Amino acid sequence: MAKPAPPEQQQGTGEMTSGIGARVLRKEDARHLNGKAQFVGDIKIAGCWEAAFVRSPLAHARIRGVTKPAGFEDRVFTMEDMPDLRPIRCESTLPSYKVSDYPALATDKVRHVGECIAICIAPTRAEAEDLAEAVTVDLAPLPVLADIDTALAPGAARLHEDWDDNLFLTTRHDGDLSGAKARAAVVVERSFETARQAMNPMEGKGVLARWDHRADQLVVHTSTQVPHLIRTGLSDCLGLDQAQVRVIAPDVGGGFGYKCVLQPEELSVSWVARKTGRAIRWTEDRREHLTAGANTRQHRYKLTAYADGEGRLLGIDADIWVDIGAYSVWPFTACLEAAQAGGNLPGPYDLGAYACRTWSVATNKPGFTPYRGVARPGVCFAMELTMDAIARAVGKDPLEVRCLNLVPGAAMPYTNVTGKFYDSGDYPAAARAAADMIGAGNFAARKAAAAAEGRLIGLGYACFTEQSAHGTKVFAAWGLPLVPGYEQATVKLAPSGAVEVRSGNHSFGQGLETAIAQVACDWLKLDISRVKVTMGDTALTPYSTGAYASRGMVMAGGAVSKAAEELARRLRIHGAHLLQCAPEDTEIRGGAVWNGQASASFAEIAAAWYLHPDRLPDDVDTAGLEVTEGYKPAIDTGLFTYATHAAIVEVDPESGRTEILDYVIFEDCGRRVNPMILEGQSYGGAAQGIGSALFEETLYDSAAQPLTSTLADYILPGPAELPHFRLGHSETPSPYSRHGIKGVGEGAAIAPAGAIVNAINDALAPLGAELTRIPATPHRVLGAILEADAAREAAE
Amino acid sequence: MKPAAFEHLRPDTAEALAGLLSPEAKLIAGGQSLGPMLNLRLARPARLVGLSAIRALGEIREQDGMIVLGAAVTHARIEDGDSPVPLPPMLRHVARGIAYRAVRNRGTIGGSLAHADPAADWITALTALGARVVLRSAAGTERRVAMPGFVRGAYRTALSPDEIIAAVEIPAAMRDAIWGYDKICRKVGEFADAIGALALHPPTGHVRLVAGATGAAPLVLAEAGAELARSARHPAIPALRDALAAALPGTDPVKLRLLATSLSRAIAKVLPA
Repeated sequence: MAKPAPPEQQQGTGEMTSGIGARVLRKEDARHLNGKAQFVGDIKIAGCWEAAFVRSPLAHARIRGVTKPAGFEDRVFTMEDMPDLRPIRCESTLPSYKVSDYPALATDKVRHVGECIAICIAPTRAEAEDLAEAVTVDLAPLPVLADIDTALAPGAARLHEDWDDNLFLTTRHDGDLSGAKARAAVVVERSFETARQAMNPMEGKGVLARWDHRADQLVVHTSTQVPHLIRTGLSDCLGLDQAQVRVIAPDVGGGFGYKCVLQPEELSVSWVARKTGRAIRWTEDRREHLTAGANTRQHRYKLTAYADGEGRLLGIDADIWVDIGAYSVWPFTACLEAAQAGGNLPGPYDLGAYACRTWSVATNKPGFTPYRGVARPGVCFAMELTMDAIARAVGKDPLEVRCLNLVPGAAMPYTNVTGKFYDSGDYPAAARAAADMIGAGNFAARKAAAAAEGRLIGLGYACFTEQSAHGTKVFAAWGLPLVPGYEQATVKLAPSGAVEVRSGNHSFGQGLETAIAQVACDWLKLDISRVKVTMGDTALTPYSTGAYASRGMVMAGGAVSKAAEELARRLRIHGAHLLQCAPEDTEIRGGAVWNGQASASFAEIAAAWYLHPDRLPDDVDTAGLEVTEGYKPAIDTGLFTYATHAAIVEVDPESGRTEILDYVIFEDCGRRVNPMILEGQSYGGAAQGIGSALFEETLYDSAAQPLTSTLADYILPGPAELPHFRLGHSETPSPYSRHGIKGVGEGAAIAPAGAIVNAINDALAPLGAELTRIPATPHRVLGAILEADAAREAAE
Repeated sequence: MKPAAFEHLRPDTAEALAGLLSPEAKLIAGGQSLGPMLNLRLARPARLVGLSAIRALGEIREQDGMIVLGAAVTHARIEDGDSPVPLPPMLRHVARGIAYRAVRNRGTIGGSLAHADPAADWITALTALGARVVLRSAAGTERRVAMPGFVRGAYRTALSPDEIIAAVEIPAAMRDAIWGYDKICRKVGEFADAIGALALHPPTGHVRLVAGATGAAPLVLAEAGAELARSARHPAIPALRDALAAALPGTDPVKLRLLATSLSRAIAKVLPA
């Protein structure tokens, strides 16, 4: 008797102030703005002790011994104390992949500065750090693999000694480029580099573990994006049944991917809590983050592009190296970055021939972790600089060259050269819209006027697609040890008539708590203040692989939508009985079921169901008012959001400083659930992208010692460095997802480096200087200018 | 990032302070540089002696043609002009550009001088203004050290272990100085990559052109300063760069360019390029 789900996108007419499309203030903001949120560091548990780690001072060394301070043997733990704790181990089905063990505490060797060697506990953090200082570690230095070249050099030392080289993975995409080469009027060759970064969420990692004797459970409060995954990972490594592990992610102060993997600290803190019977907390400090957490973004490219005389791309030949660091993270492995880089390089372009080889190189740095945009900020930077180089080579406007090559709306849906299925949209239209917004039409005049004043300004574009909510097949093809599929959510009418939503996904600043409540409001037609959302606690929510890969809104939103739809159906049945009419003759609005002028409020229906079943028929459907439903989009190859960023910058050739004069984002992410949250996501993502473009860089010396261990050395952009972002949108609903929603969490971080460095290069063109490396620091800009000066002088 | 254990004392008179000075003791005023170093355990004094309870160190007055700023006067007070006597405009301008307001609320002029971070503002700005530092020993004797001599190098000063900075003295004539100050940094509030400072006071013949954030002590460009005062012409950037290169051998070309640029921009506030 249950009707099949209505066609996609039937709901969401926007009539409700809280439904899909409404600019609702975020439910979570009041507690954050009033300092009442509860992060791991805010949790108070009597008798809780604090942990500090002894971390490796060397990048590569054999551990000859660890000596605990006398009298404190029961407060310091090494891997020798934990024979029952299994290492983090990532399997992968990709053929060339090599497996490595990632122990919670180093065993025979240390492989990067900051790697955990021992955990020390004390009543306060300061005392725990005193204890950590008193531990003596005897290290025998080994040759350091500080970078890709060193690690790949013949005869290089082995990072993992049972391997026959220092490669986690190599991949190939062997397209046939012979036709492209034969027909090419221009050939553009470039090398590009992107810096290693630390993600710098405001709240670093944090974990508090205790044993709950009543529940016979290890209870782990941890700052994570993926509480259910952490439960799986913890129980595997600790050898506990999943029923004996409960993971609670409280308020989380930013994730960005940093918190989507099983952390070695989560393991050792949990083990110590179980062993000692004490509640134990560890809070990552900024130095730990900037050294042991410098784990992302570092790529190197060598690209050759073939194009005809108009700038039409004929083929791309690419070599991509990823500086993976020492370990494979669980569950995303060391494979994800290169697999995404090789697969996503063609981006939004209609490209005939493509060949690409990737190397995932093991070095003495922290293990690579997926960061907002995963590989695409790097490939977008490489590809978009290449597009500008082609435009210069054929003497055409970079926008026109892009529009010539972008997949047009008429070609949708479109399967690209790497097999990606672009579900909907009009990519050239977004590029032209961004160009219009930034005033590309009169930019030449503006540039000439600036030049007359001795100022260098430039305009740059970057286009991309953002694969979002990609599911089973995609992750399976990446060979991951764990593959997401369906997502479940529970929607319940409480006895008061309020609605409760439970999701195993998590909200960590991106506004999911509010956005999924809006989806429930859309079906149940009530104000968002009447919706209570519970997330992040494995004991209270259905299994979810969590929030990553721009999947939260599509997946959790879709599941809430299905559950809310079913709850609405049941409410109409019960409401119809109270109103003595047929369910088909009812509608839901304003928190009530209506038949003509008569209504039964949700509170009355709830009262009937929970407290006065005598008001309902004897043969009432006992399924009740609590609904759990599962959801997966009609395709699991992902829904592709797309955008063009455009930037105008001024470069000061005397100081090397780049000022962003204007910044425009034109995006299409399908149906917008909450435009205000979306704007926030765009601002935040673009700010991080600008960090990559101009500021952020973890520097190492030749011994792989990190040189940027405080925020005085690792420069994050602040308000004064960021432009006023101007946003434009079109809405092309995906035909394949509930409500036509696409994911959008990562996108804005992808394009800024491409747009800004293209703009810098446009500004520097009169000087003959070109940048190919980020961040484009004043030092690099000045260096490029001085180099161009020297070359010019040499030529004269 | 918690400091190692230390004894914390807060004397409220100069006499009490004098009895606490020792090589094991570290003085702390605003703690804006020392605080992070303690937390990183890069500084681990057995004893930390706080200066903020000693009222005299927070006083500003004018005496014998000098503006006297107590060592514990905060950057914020200078920025705000919170002073019984008028402060030189350049002083207030420089204060306004130090780090962030939260840092300026706590950080002190004496603390900044004692720390002598080569990229900090005061060591360069006060050199341009012809300031001198009043050092007081535990025995109560005072000596005055003029600014170019006070900073001996990166994080090195003329302070002896038994001395404190009592005050900074700036010629009152500097209220009427013609000045320019320019700072190049990667981000608002960050330490500088290059600083240029120029102060001219024709009636007294004071001319100081100073390059800061050189990686060492501020560099006084005496010849270039004298030349621009004589000619009233803005020196060419290559000439500045050559002067810097001669004074700072081994400095990389990009750094030289930055230093020359900030010098040129400081001069341009006074003499159009």
